[in-house]
Amino acid sequence: MKLEKKHPLAIRWFHWINFPLLALMVWSGILIYWAYPAYIKLDQGTWRALKVNNRLAEGMALHFFFMWLFAGNGVLYVLYTLFSGEWRELVPRRDSLREAWQVLLHDLRIRKEPLPPRKFNGAQRIAYTAVIVMGLGSLITGLAIYKPVQFAWLTALLGGYAGARLLHFWLTVGYCAFFLVHVAQVVRAGWNNFRAMVIGYEVTK
Amino acid sequence: MSNEEDLPEIEEPSQDVAENPPGDEPIPEAGPPVIEDEGVPPAEEDVREDDEDLRREVNRLSRRGFLSLAAAAGAGFASWKLLRTRTPEDGVAWPFRRGLEVNESLARAYFSPNRLSPQFRSSDVTKSRINGRIGLKSEIDPAAWRLRIEGTAVPVSLTLDDLRQFPRRTMTTELRCIEGWSIIVQWSGVRLADVMEKFPPLHPPSYVSVETPDRAYYVGLDLASALHPQSLLAFEMNGSPLAPLHGAPLRLAIPVKYGIKNIKRIGTIRFTNIRPPDFWGERGYDWYAGH
Repeated sequence: MKLEKKHPLAIRWFHWINFPLLALMVWSGILIYWAYPAYIKLDQGTWRALKVNNRLAEGMALHFFFMWLFAGNGVLYVLYTLFSGEWRELVPRRDSLREAWQVLLHDLRIRKEPLPPRKFNGAQRIAYTAVIVMGLGSLITGLAIYKPVQFAWLTALLGGYAGARLLHFWLTVGYCAFFLVHVAQVVRAGWNNFRAMVIGYEVTK
Repeated sequence: MSNEEDLPEIEEPSQDVAENPPGDEPIPEAGPPVIEDEGVPPAEEDVREDDEDLRREVNRLSRRGFLSLAAAAGAGFASWKLLRTRTPEDGVAWPFRRGLEVNESLARAYFSPNRLSPQFRSSDVTKSRINGRIGLKSEIDPAAWRLRIEGTAVPVSLTLDDLRQFPRRTMTTELRCIEGWSIIVQWSGVRLADVMEKFPPLHPPSYVSVETPDRAYYVGLDLASALHPQSLLAFEMNGSPLAPLHGAPLRLAIPVKYGIKNIKRIGTIRFTNIRPPDFWGERGYDWYAGH
């Protein structure tokens, strides 16, 4: 058994700082969405039970405050991965899609062979890169609905005001889906793997 | 595992043969390059022979890592609580009000009168919608109605016919409600900028205040937005004179702002250097509310 370095300190910080920031962005987004819940409708009792009704102004104030921290953390993370070379571990490779398929079969217990013993498998590479692209998508669609006149070209590119709002919404649903799968996979992978995101090291055989 | 801190950092490992589980694991680890990092343990030793040492090291790292994470979580939570509980300013805790103001200054610096709200065809007009009756509750007599303009050399009082003397403008633009919905409306009226040119402010103003006759609803505008070529004093909507609940006889159509600034039933326009109060701005919303 030995201790093996897995996650650099910077990435661990970016990761754990992102978690509450994204949660705040989603939650304040829900406060805003309540005022015109066009895509997924809930009855008023549900909104009330979740205590997210009649809080549009608060939601906007929070959203337009924490957006800076959320964007800043994301930009720094991307810059860090670029300059440190960590991106090589994270960006999908030519075989990632095929490998991701194997990972999926493995995780669904259809395929028995063990997964490649690499830091991030193809499914992870795709997921961790996709979520960054989604983050960029949220910033862009967000800007398009925040300033649809000053950035009218951008709003038009995204299908107009209502179109950009729809994209912004579904990206958020995408984060929630990512979160669920991510947490499920972390639970499956076990304590040693989870701990590595906190202490940086993993115990390997 | 209380006081390993006191122990010397871990005995030098004897870098000899890995006595890894002798079992049936034929796959040799590819060279185990352990990368150094931010001054966590002096990890000269990649391979820890001794499970006990390893366990202690993991414990040490875990204590450090999880305590740091807990401290960060605590600090984050405390900051959140602190931010949220600051004295509200116009309906929102002041740090978030400052945040809105910072965003406003960026938006105003970037604003250009040459960037227009997209124009649609008349056939794109969507079903109209009534949302907000504040300031419309009392009866008004259209014949007796006047638009008052204050902040000019002498107060101005205009009838609708006076306003019709200005060049008539028609535009089909999107009205975006702060709630999130948007509709397409065709407006006809005159430019606020044209009216301001004819009745110039006494002092160069920074702001324009627009109020209903009963002053129940009022909006504040920055000068640049008020002067935008698409900021109209509108008396027609979708080809017909304004209906009472759409703001007859005169309303503001200002697509560089959210719907909340498109005030209905204008009574008074005032040029001022003091940031005017804004009905929704006083109730937790962004005063600027600009697009």
